[in-house]
Amino acid sequence: MNHIAPGARAGIYHYDEIDRRFVGERVEQFRRQVERRLSGELTEEEFKPIRLMNGLYLQLHAYMLRIAVPYGVMSAVQLRKLAEIGRTYDKGYGHFTTRQNLQYNWIKLEDTPAILNALADVDMHALQTSGNCVRNVTTDQFVGAAKDEVVDGRVYAEILRQWTSLHPEFTYLPRKFKIAISGAASDRAAVRVHDVGLLARRNEAGEAGFTFYVGGGLGRSPFIGKLVREWVAEEDFVAYLEAILRVYNQYGRRDNIYKARIKILVHELGLEKFKAEVEEEFARLRGPKYRLDPAIVAEIRTHFAPPPFEDLPETSSALERAKAENPAFANWVAVNVAEHKAPGYAIATISLKPPGGIPGDASCDQMDVIADLAEQYSFGELRVSHVQNIVLAHVKQDELYALWQKLDAVNLGTANAGLIGDIIACPGLDYCALANARAIPLAQAISARFADPLRQRTIGELGIKISGCINACGHHHVAAIGILGVDKKGTEFYQITVGGDPTLTTAIGDILGPAVTEHEAVDAIEAIVEVYLANRTGESERFLDTLARVGHGPFKERIYAAD
Amino acid sequence: MPLIENGRIGEDAWSFIPDGEPVPNDRPVIISFERWQAERASFDGRNAKLGVRLKGGTLAGAIAPDLDRFALVAVEFPKFRDGRGFSTARELRERYGYAGEIRAVGHVIPDQYQFLVRTGFTSVEAPEGTNPESWANALTEITIAFQPSIDDTQPLSLLRRKLGVAG
Repeated sequence: MNHIAPGARAGIYHYDEIDRRFVGERVEQFRRQVERRLSGELTEEEFKPIRLMNGLYLQLHAYMLRIAVPYGVMSAVQLRKLAEIGRTYDKGYGHFTTRQNLQYNWIKLEDTPAILNALADVDMHALQTSGNCVRNVTTDQFVGAAKDEVVDGRVYAEILRQWTSLHPEFTYLPRKFKIAISGAASDRAAVRVHDVGLLARRNEAGEAGFTFYVGGGLGRSPFIGKLVREWVAEEDFVAYLEAILRVYNQYGRRDNIYKARIKILVHELGLEKFKAEVEEEFARLRGPKYRLDPAIVAEIRTHFAPPPFEDLPETSSALERAKAENPAFANWVAVNVAEHKAPGYAIATISLKPPGGIPGDASCDQMDVIADLAEQYSFGELRVSHVQNIVLAHVKQDELYALWQKLDAVNLGTANAGLIGDIIACPGLDYCALANARAIPLAQAISARFADPLRQRTIGELGIKISGCINACGHHHVAAIGILGVDKKGTEFYQITVGGDPTLTTAIGDILGPAVTEHEAVDAIEAIVEVYLANRTGESERFLDTLARVGHGPFKERIYAAD
Repeated sequence: MPLIENGRIGEDAWSFIPDGEPVPNDRPVIISFERWQAERASFDGRNAKLGVRLKGGTLAGAIAPDLDRFALVAVEFPKFRDGRGFSTARELRERYGYAGEIRAVGHVIPDQYQFLVRTGFTSVEAPEGTNPESWANALTEITIAFQPSIDDTQPLSLLRRKLGVAG
């Protein structure tokens, strides 16, 4: 194999010969499985889950290949390869997803072995990005950099990446299984809307452990994850998960795919009974065989050692000067830059949501630029966030201005992280066979309507999320303003919900009123924003706070007044 | 139907006796769990080996109190996508200490063979006309595992390890 040396990079798990051999064997295994399908030895029904577990979906118009980006972290070398693949085998772009992965929407089945080989060259693959197995584990996109971090979630996400790879017992689960980890004071990983959500924390002795939430999820029956255990010690981490999955694998429903997620099991069994089942398994599993040895944790932690930060002053006068001279840059810093734990450094979010753009899409040329910038300014490492943006986690404050100028030159300098233009949208009816309505054109229209950066800034923190069907891949349930596409006798309509929240104060949004047409939807969103601005007590009162205070009344009145 | 054992087609000494048919006393037979529940007293004093077949929804705990009566437990996969059987086998081995033969029956595919072995199955009843090569390959095509197998005693400190041929 002509493996590309990873080079100097920060915070990337370095494959060794064993990891590389595993991926190589999986590629070869899939090649043989395709042959067995073509010869008729495997039926289409039998081949389907195999294809899915290798990341290959059949969509409306073509195959989609979903590439795993473990916990959203990758190197510049890897991103450049993704750009090359997109140029060669797709239409010159890629789409970053809410699972911190990347997908290509226009793939030919016969090209997949070559693509998988190209990915293997940079220690990447498409394994377990679909299918009824444990999927790519996600975490905070600011992991290893955030000022409010308590535990580095990458270490445990990598342990889970290994432990879930071809797990012999849990590869044919009732349904897909998603785990998210947050190790910081602020939850940026939406842990309580995952099958298992983990808060990594420390006890008084400084030891790492985990709070487990189980049974969260969106889709047609949204549930907020329930607390099943306040504290699981690090050494019991795998044993406890093994217990949860074993209970789920045995008792989860298999008669109806819409009731097969663990959230339904927890709901139907009742939390106390579910907990008792898990505790019983856990009590037995707890022992030397499933004990997570501190030595292996320490070994994996060495992969995520801090990059060689320079000794810098806390603040940068160069940054302050640039902000004073360039208001657009100052706005970008205020909106897209977060505090870093190392003095003189900052975390920069690259928005993939330009006004009128497709959320999460990046052209291959943009990917190349981002890879170059990651090498130049952030130790050759970058992250994909679950809100479909890219993060350069370790940028010197002194260099933020140069970085922004280069981003702005390729339409990547949009200042809207966390604002109304930072929309999550699923692929919708433009790509997806399940969708009832398009999501992307609506996202484009809304972001174009609110294009003015100062207007966005005035509105403040307000997330819009759009799903093209009840499966809720666009997370509309947990949006401050959620939009769900529905089909009414062949016409696309949009149902608006308000009050959702993906952070630890998790809330599912409530339906505001009857669904509206695509044309009306943008005006309705604008009306909601105007009512909010007119009612808020001041700039510090967020949309969610105003909504909680004044209720639905003023919003409904404004939108449905003409009815 | 062909019996797969240790990656090869082997001889099947067992036969399944459908409910309602007389049970021979002179050779190893497998009966249904339902029959066992209804007629258990009739098997008292039996000398030839007895096996029991669990339907997909029957979990290990149901048969646990009677495991010492059976030299074989057959675990049915109603559909290959229904992975409950993997946990059933693991529970039989790990939780209830069962040391007899565990056989996968019903719909399983060679691509699951390594998982079956690693969760404690000893044999698989494969469909007529199955390709023996695919079963043999299934045990050798992936040589790395990231979790302990049923017969591993080593702790997770060896999260990644190279497998022996039979994994």
